[in-house]
Amino acid sequence: MPQIAQIAETYSSQIFWLLLTFGFVFFVIGLGMVPKVQGTADARDAKISGDLDAAKAAFARADEAEADYRTRDAANRAAAQATLAKSKSEAAKASEVRLAAADAEVATKIAAAEARIKGASDAAMAEIETVAADAARDMVARISGVDASDDAARNAVKAALAHG
Amino acid sequence: MAESGKIDPMHQFAIEPLFGTDHWSLGSFNIAFTNSALYMVLAAVVLWIFVIGGMKRELVPGRWQMAVEYMTGFIKNLLIANIGDKGRKYIPYVFSLFMFILLANLLGLLPLGLVGLHPFTFTSHFTATGVLAIMSFSIVLIVGFWKHGFHFFSLFVPHGTPIAMVVPLFFIELVSFMVRPFSLGLRLFVAMTAGHVLLKVLAGFVINSANASPALGLTVGTASFILMIGISALEMLVAVIQAYVFALLTSVYLNDAENLH
Repeated sequence: MPQIAQIAETYSSQIFWLLLTFGFVFFVIGLGMVPKVQGTADARDAKISGDLDAAKAAFARADEAEADYRTRDAANRAAAQATLAKSKSEAAKASEVRLAAADAEVATKIAAAEARIKGASDAAMAEIETVAADAARDMVARISGVDASDDAARNAVKAALAHG
Repeated sequence: MAESGKIDPMHQFAIEPLFGTDHWSLGSFNIAFTNSALYMVLAAVVLWIFVIGGMKRELVPGRWQMAVEYMTGFIKNLLIANIGDKGRKYIPYVFSLFMFILLANLLGLLPLGLVGLHPFTFTSHFTATGVLAIMSFSIVLIVGFWKHGFHFFSLFVPHGTPIAMVVPLFFIELVSFMVRPFSLGLRLFVAMTAGHVLLKVLAGFVINSANASPALGLTVGTASFILMIGISALEMLVAVIQAYVFALLTSVYLNDAENLH
């Protein structure tokens, strides 16, 4: 086993070169470079956690703003609905009033028109009676030669008209 | 390697001075630049290049930066899970330890033998793992005594110990504490050595059986080769796990020193 067989000749060289190379590794790399590498990593970790915290805070703010917006939105909606209902009922009332007025006007117009129609038909009936009585008197005079009185002719016509 | 047709599975652990540096010395100590030292330098350089790629410091990382930050983040989480927020200051040390061992383990597994090079795993030498283990243990001791003074010895007396048991338990805990650097260093050394020996032994089966006869080569050789593929995958897992275990145990021990109980 060379580790044991050669120990007397080689131990000093082994120890010397190991201390030299490990000394270089420790002082130049370990103490000189590793803290900088680790510092970079630590700085990055700090930045990441800081950014995450900022993002979380922004998220919370956004939630708050959304809740605020929601309450305002609901309030606005309720107000709009109230305004809508109010104007609806007002409009309904106004149109009711106008409708009633128009109804009354229409009713008077109808009544007037009906009266006129009735007058006209009464006059027409009277006319028909007179014409019919005259015709009846003429017919009686021609057939019987009796001159019927005006009243008798009129009564006969009325009775005939009433019977249809 | 071949000695009268035999393949020595231990040869891969042999340390050889490179580039004629056999006689370099510091005081009376030999410090030849060996193949082991070469792989230590390679591990350090590869790690250096890896971490340089993570130095762009962009807010949105690219793939490479992401990979480096993943590794540092992994060590950071390991330390915070074991020690708490005070564990952050050990990131440079544990990161260096983990990545250095990990790259040493992985570089030693590279199939460089295919192009005629000899890969070497310095974590299969207890002279290397021992230094790393003693380093971690020393930091635990220094931090423990620095922060708690002699009160650090209360680590050896768990809460609620009956008075009569304090002295025996103190010695038991002391022994288990003193064994830590050995278990730390030997675990890595044994795991890496065993894996590499196993791979070499199986490779020897393939070569020797094929040399012996075509029938043996097709049966024993093929079976051994399939086993090698599986064990190579397992070794990569072991390379990662052993580096992780080293870093994990270091942070567990550091927790004792930092938080006592």
